[in-house]
Amino acid sequence: MTTQAIDIPNDTKTDDHRKVIIDIRNVYKSFGDNQVLNGFSLKLYQGENLVVMGKSGSGKSVMIQCLVGLMQPDSGYISVMGKEIKTLDRETLDILRSDIGFLFQGSALYDSMTVRENLEFPLRRHKEKLGNVTDTTPLVMEALESVGLAHTLDLMPEELSGGMKRRVALARTLILRPKIILYDDPTSGLDPITSKEIIELMRSIQKKYGTSALIITHDVDCARVISERMILLVDGVNYAEGSYQELMQSTDPRVEAFFKK
Amino acid sequence: MAQSTTLKNIADFFKEIGELSYFAGRFFKEIFKPPFEFKEFLRQCYQMGNRSLVLVLVTGFIIGLVVTLQSRPTMVQFGAVSWMPRMVGISIVRELGPVITALVCAGRIASGIGAEIGSMRVTEQIDAMEVSGTNPFKYLVVTRILATTFMLPILVILGDAVGLYGSALVEYFKGDVSFQLYFNKVFDSLEFGDLIPATIKTFFFGYVIGLVGCFKGYYCKKGTAGVGLAANTAVVFTSMLLFVVDFIAVFISDIFFEL
Repeated sequence: MTTQAIDIPNDTKTDDHRKVIIDIRNVYKSFGDNQVLNGFSLKLYQGENLVVMGKSGSGKSVMIQCLVGLMQPDSGYISVMGKEIKTLDRETLDILRSDIGFLFQGSALYDSMTVRENLEFPLRRHKEKLGNVTDTTPLVMEALESVGLAHTLDLMPEELSGGMKRRVALARTLILRPKIILYDDPTSGLDPITSKEIIELMRSIQKKYGTSALIITHDVDCARVISERMILLVDGVNYAEGSYQELMQSTDPRVEAFFKK
Repeated sequence: MAQSTTLKNIADFFKEIGELSYFAGRFFKEIFKPPFEFKEFLRQCYQMGNRSLVLVLVTGFIIGLVVTLQSRPTMVQFGAVSWMPRMVGISIVRELGPVITALVCAGRIASGIGAEIGSMRVTEQIDAMEVSGTNPFKYLVVTRILATTFMLPILVILGDAVGLYGSALVEYFKGDVSFQLYFNKVFDSLEFGDLIPATIKTFFFGYVIGLVGCFKGYYCKKGTAGVGLAANTAVVFTSMLLFVVDFIAVFISDIFFEL
């Protein structure tokens, strides 16, 4: 199937002198006969909020999993902070992963552990990154305070609501002070008010910690509020790229379909 | 059509055996590499021992009672009732104790591991561990396989002891045999060749229970149906494999100890 990228006016193209921290080029990934990624490419610049939108099953989550080495692409180039993922050994990849926070769609809290243990878990392997701290309580408290849930320290995940779980998961991604945060559908399954709170939280975290963010979503409101730049993923390729306003004004029917209420 | 389905099933079976062998190989590769998850290993030992102890003790006790009650009339008929402690002792220590305890643990532990790890896979908790820089294979799989390998022999010994006690109880009430006499006869009849192979094979039973439970959970298909299937097939596959291991163990024991 052929896809056609829409034209973006030159004056709105992203400023290329900024440092590229995620570089994906011509990535292909298929599952049997199902070609999920079909030459997908993107660049994430330092300090940027980039939203990738696509329909369910369009390969957004596959792309983000290839990015952190949870899945291997069939072909293509993926580098994070200048390091090509497929060339890294396990140890180097783990060190690199400590600079990448990953918020999973379903929060993915360890349900046999308390909130405190969930937050302490990533510190087990990466204490040296934070100066070999012996008492992890201040770090845990700081991360929980960032998401407004300091009182949940000793609760189990089952005692938390969906929105609280998402915020605790966000706190867990923050504990290692990542440079990049990957959000896999951060508002999915949440009511509009909680979604709004999560989006606000994402913005405040970026402001506080100066992180770059790659946000995978199909929530137009989330994209409108948080994105500086957007990529529409259709049939495994970047079909369209630009700011929210630019894409919203597009007359391309496939782009328009994303913004119809 | 039926022939192609049969061939596919055979191919799938051998594919699964191949994947299980690779999984087992990865366990031996990871076990010697630091960091060692000692705390998690101890937690798993406690969990598995604690969760299965009552079940193993009750089962062992009933087996001891039932074997003695069932065998007694025949032994009386042949005038060999004085051989009862020897017969029951050897049966329980060599075969019944290890196999029945392992089967009980296959139902209790292998299904539990399959469901637990399977649900962690489905809810992306394993992926979350991976991206946080912790090796989930080491943390979840190696610790559990080691825990089952070391806990099963302990459970078998306790199950055997309670089974023999159950048998002694029947003999006490039905045959007026004192506990001291009963256990003296049991220990007189047991030899090195009964105890050592029977104990060694329980390590392998434990290893199989942990290995299959973890394997089924770790490669669980997405969805809640996948978790159920992982738990179910873990029990079925473990039980089948336990008999294969038992046959091999008895065969080798026969060569070295002339059973």
